[in-house]
Amino acid sequence: MSQPDREPARVALVLVSHSRDLAAGAVELAGQMAPGVLLIPVGGTPDGQLGTDFDGIEHAFAQATADGRSAVVLMDLGSAVLTAESVLDLADDDLVARVRLADAPFVEGAVAAAVTAHGGADLDAVLAAAEGAGRMYPVEGAATPDAPADAADGVVRETRTLLNPMGLHARPAAVISRMLAAYDAKVTVNGVSAASVLALMKLGATQGTELRIEAEGPQAAEAVKVFVTEVERGFGEI
Amino acid sequence: MSVDVAWAIDWVRRSAATIAEHRDELVELDRQIGDGDHGENLDRGFRAVVAKLDALEEPPEQIGDVLKLVATTLMSTVGGAAGPLYGTAYLRAAKATASAELDSAGVVALIEAGLDGIVARGKATTGEKTMVDAWTPAAEAAVVAADAGGSPAEVLAAAAKAAAAGAEATIPLTATKGRASYLGERSAGHLDPGARSTALLLADAAAAAAA
Repeated sequence: MSQPDREPARVALVLVSHSRDLAAGAVELAGQMAPGVLLIPVGGTPDGQLGTDFDGIEHAFAQATADGRSAVVLMDLGSAVLTAESVLDLADDDLVARVRLADAPFVEGAVAAAVTAHGGADLDAVLAAAEGAGRMYPVEGAATPDAPADAADGVVRETRTLLNPMGLHARPAAVISRMLAAYDAKVTVNGVSAASVLALMKLGATQGTELRIEAEGPQAAEAVKVFVTEVERGFGEI
Repeated sequence: MSVDVAWAIDWVRRSAATIAEHRDELVELDRQIGDGDHGENLDRGFRAVVAKLDALEEPPEQIGDVLKLVATTLMSTVGGAAGPLYGTAYLRAAKATASAELDSAGVVALIEAGLDGIVARGKATTGEKTMVDAWTPAAEAAVVAADAGGSPAEVLAAAAKAAAAGAEATIPLTATKGRASYLGERSAGHLDPGARSTALLLADAAAAAAA
């Protein structure tokens, strides 16, 4: 893929669930879209029952914040939140300063946060990605009007047809989001932010859909160029 | 008149025995409006507390040391919401009881700190069908009893009695906090398991003081 080398992600994720399988599954799902991001599952009690594991969470927080990293924590139900808060209550200040508990949906938040962390974002940005992942549908009126291309407004525009047989599903959406994180440009596809995997997936773009790509910013032209290249090669799926 | 470290240890051992005895009742209450693990979780937690007490080479010097041991052990071993909730309650209570003995005002401080811990962690208030509905009247009754010149044992007895009444009063309530809140109106007509366990634990505190 045509993206510059990047430092390892600065932000790790800790996924706390009542269920061992649910935590592991969320790590699997988010990890597929964000290789290289440290994702730590803490699910169930130490003996494999449903519940939350104080010592396991404490250990995960230490591991997640090692080597200068910070961490965003996703939790599934009430007592996972209470236990994570209790761990922070008893933790030292340095760790507390580098851990954020996300008020976010468990699965969507994990995916959004993981992809954002993969893009090299900082703690606040990863937290914001998780907490912004709750909306299932694009905000009404968010789509850009069908304005004619106007080079004078500083927006770089291209339109390409989506070739992928499976449409713009999770993997290509993650490729786009990850790829564009390397460029200083604000990019949209059919009116939604190309930085958001979930927004891209929610476009529901199927094979043959026209993708209207628009970018602004210092590296808008470069961003659109790599984007178009990926669309034309079907994100490596054709 | 005061209660001491031996009282605190007795309270904890009585609590473990009571929770074991009422394990199935708490499981059944929680099965009706929650996830059914309250009795099993608390029993596991208090068994672990007793094991740690048994392993101590010397008895703790302060009441707060005993309560802190309870707090950290419950947090580590309970595995449900009761772990962080009771854990935080005992932890706050431990901070309020850094002494070898407590007079009546000290007992009030212990109960109030426990309530503060539950509220801080669970962010619940009265009327939401939670532990808070037992802890709050307990703290209020403790204050009244202490102001009337009651001994620590009398303060604890008043608190225990009020906690039991508060727990019973959760039966008609609709839960708006915790797992039972997912049931909405279907949670009405059931005794809240957390309020019930709170009443049991405070009754043991009173029984240990009366012994």
